[in-house]
Amino acid sequence: MSETETADLEQFRNETRAWLEASCPPEMRKPATSDTDVFWGGRNAKFSSEPQRIWFERMRDKGWTVPDWPKEYGGGGLSAAEHKVLRTEMGRIGARPPLSSFGIWMLGPALLKYGNDAQKKEHLPKIAAGLIRWCQGYSEPNAGSDLASLQTRAESDGDDFVITGSKIWTSYANYADWIFCLVRTDSAAKKHDGISFILFDMTSKGVTTKPILLISGYSPFCETFFDGVRVPKSHVVGTVNRGWDVAKYLLQHERAMISGMGERGVGRPLGQIAADSVGSDAQGKLDDAMLRGKIASFDVDEAALAACAERAVDLAKAGQAHPAFSSAMKYYGTELNKRRYEILMSAGGVDALEWESERSRQGARPRAWLRTKANSIEGGTTEVMLGIVAKRILDLPGA
Amino acid sequence: MALVLTEEQSMLRDSARGLISDKAPVSHLRSLRDSKDPTGFSRELWHSFAEMGFAGLLVPEEFGGSGLGFMEAGIVMEEIGRTLMPSPFLATSVVAASALNRGGNAAQKSEFLPKISNGSLLATLAIDEGAKHRPLQTNLQAVRAGNGFKLSGAKALVVDGHVADLFIVAARTAGSAGERDGLTLFLVNPKARGVAIERTIMVDAHNAARIELANVEVNADGVLGEVDQGAALLDGVLDIGRGAVAAEMVGLSEEVFNRTVEYLKNRKQFGRLIGEFQALQHRAAELYVDIEITRAATMKALQALDADVAKAASAVAVAKARAGTTATRAVQEGVQMHGGMGMTDQFDIGFFMKRARVCEELFGDANYHTEQLARARGY
Repeated sequence: MSETETADLEQFRNETRAWLEASCPPEMRKPATSDTDVFWGGRNAKFSSEPQRIWFERMRDKGWTVPDWPKEYGGGGLSAAEHKVLRTEMGRIGARPPLSSFGIWMLGPALLKYGNDAQKKEHLPKIAAGLIRWCQGYSEPNAGSDLASLQTRAESDGDDFVITGSKIWTSYANYADWIFCLVRTDSAAKKHDGISFILFDMTSKGVTTKPILLISGYSPFCETFFDGVRVPKSHVVGTVNRGWDVAKYLLQHERAMISGMGERGVGRPLGQIAADSVGSDAQGKLDDAMLRGKIASFDVDEAALAACAERAVDLAKAGQAHPAFSSAMKYYGTELNKRRYEILMSAGGVDALEWESERSRQGARPRAWLRTKANSIEGGTTEVMLGIVAKRILDLPGA
Repeated sequence: MALVLTEEQSMLRDSARGLISDKAPVSHLRSLRDSKDPTGFSRELWHSFAEMGFAGLLVPEEFGGSGLGFMEAGIVMEEIGRTLMPSPFLATSVVAASALNRGGNAAQKSEFLPKISNGSLLATLAIDEGAKHRPLQTNLQAVRAGNGFKLSGAKALVVDGHVADLFIVAARTAGSAGERDGLTLFLVNPKARGVAIERTIMVDAHNAARIELANVEVNADGVLGEVDQGAALLDGVLDIGRGAVAAEMVGLSEEVFNRTVEYLKNRKQFGRLIGEFQALQHRAAELYVDIEITRAATMKALQALDADVAKAASAVAVAKARAGTTATRAVQEGVQMHGGMGMTDQFDIGFFMKRARVCEELFGDANYHTEQLARARGY
């Protein structure tokens, strides 16, 4: 980096820091404590608080809901280095993301790479502005880890496809405005070669959703049914029957997103949370030596993973990243997050067992603990991730 | 700073790798071990290191060095780790050079640093006394006598101790074992009266010694840094050493891993390549991820040291703790996946296992550094 670039970046850092200080409401500088506390946007979006609205609108107006997207699509147009500075500065004050969105994390990157001009102009600005909430139609009852065996049919009818079938584990399908969906457009071809990636409105005739009650007592996922849903062929992203390329590319982003879902570096350190319930000795050491050791080992691994996540971004910028590396991060990040919640449950003891009470915020901790068990299943299981690492990165032989 | 190598750093890695893989493959260590070489490393190779600017890599240019940083030192250490090359680089060029550069007065720097840079002086830090690395437990006594001090006590795991031209000895000038105050670093001539050196042949066939000091006289200009206030200097120097050993362990882990994956791709049993078995594939994949994460943590630590040694302690603790567990896992999987071949001396894998065990003890093992992190975070 030249001296001018370094100086420019420092100036950007100073301006960003000052702007964030002035613009981020204090309430938005701590982690969200429940799902209703997170702003997802969409046609029916409601803000849960005034600070949430203010924070979202200020960030949106700067294009910083999607800081590194081009300005013409509602992004901030930041360079990779500037984006890193913004993330660091937001992290410094604990600022929440202003908008959570599968459009940002998953569809957007895929559209930027595979979408045509019209599709980009139509969808990206609405994602950036939080106007449309998206869901992902990937898994099916008989296509989980073996995703490419999916059976939802899209039959050609003039300028349209007519879609029939069902999806499962569709996150927040009951709240979503549009869906990005994998459908089979050629049932005679080999399983990877007959799939298309298509976009449609969830209010289309023939779409129904049914929430699934999970062990956490929540229903973040749905069964989604399509009964002759008519979708223009122009809504296919990329080439018909080449949707698997788009799907894989999107999965890399999804996995990177999930691997970062652990609450790294935010909120109170585990050691302090544990001290509240198990107590400490005169020197401030946790009274439970084995638990203390587990927390310390966790902290080592968490800090190391954070360094690796930072490096993964830097490698990608430098064009040195392996495309399958997000699978490695997804595996480790989700297993670590499960460890985090096992520690939290152990540290909380009896207090962490209450399921319904004001005191326990309606069982927030045990429900979150149970929710984390899905981390190593959704978006590709740990076993699938390890298989991908073994075959695509290590080039080990076999099926 | 990005956690990727710059173009200059990549070039440095390539030239270090070229020299080391050419002149000092694992067979180099093997022949030094088998011939019971009295020096324990190749002086000829050390001169090449000096000519390439590696011996004085961390030494400022005004003292004849290359004036590079800890990230660059880590790059060389990683290459050393790949072939297990026995080299004075760690003890002399990283640890002792840093101690002299950070703690030395003008006279001490100009006396010793140019000689480190040109490869003519070997130096080493003598720190551990008990079985485990516990710097604050330092109990080697230094009592005032005339214009200087008299040192008495014993040190273990003094790297290159039997060939060093200069010892940097951690001693207690006040207080008692366990206290931060009262530690002082001394420059001690190994040939001084009262110094007894016993070369200890170690499991990894790398150089180490036990030394004993009996009323060894050191005059006032042999004090490195401030009397009684050596703890801060020592912390920094040890963290630099830890970062460097972590880098060596990353190189070692990756090399043993690469050899193991190659074996999985070539060894056949039950009519199949054993690398086709999912039980082995998943373990190999887990190990790969472990190594990548440890590599990133180590780069982060070296970068933190380059930014400010005094603020790098937590990043270094994370790196050294991770390096310990990762290398241990890598060598164990290496031997296991090589099956019976991994148990033979003829195969190199065992050398990696032995060196990993020593690196784990050097400057504190994973338990020690995990404990340090817990303390730093206040639980």
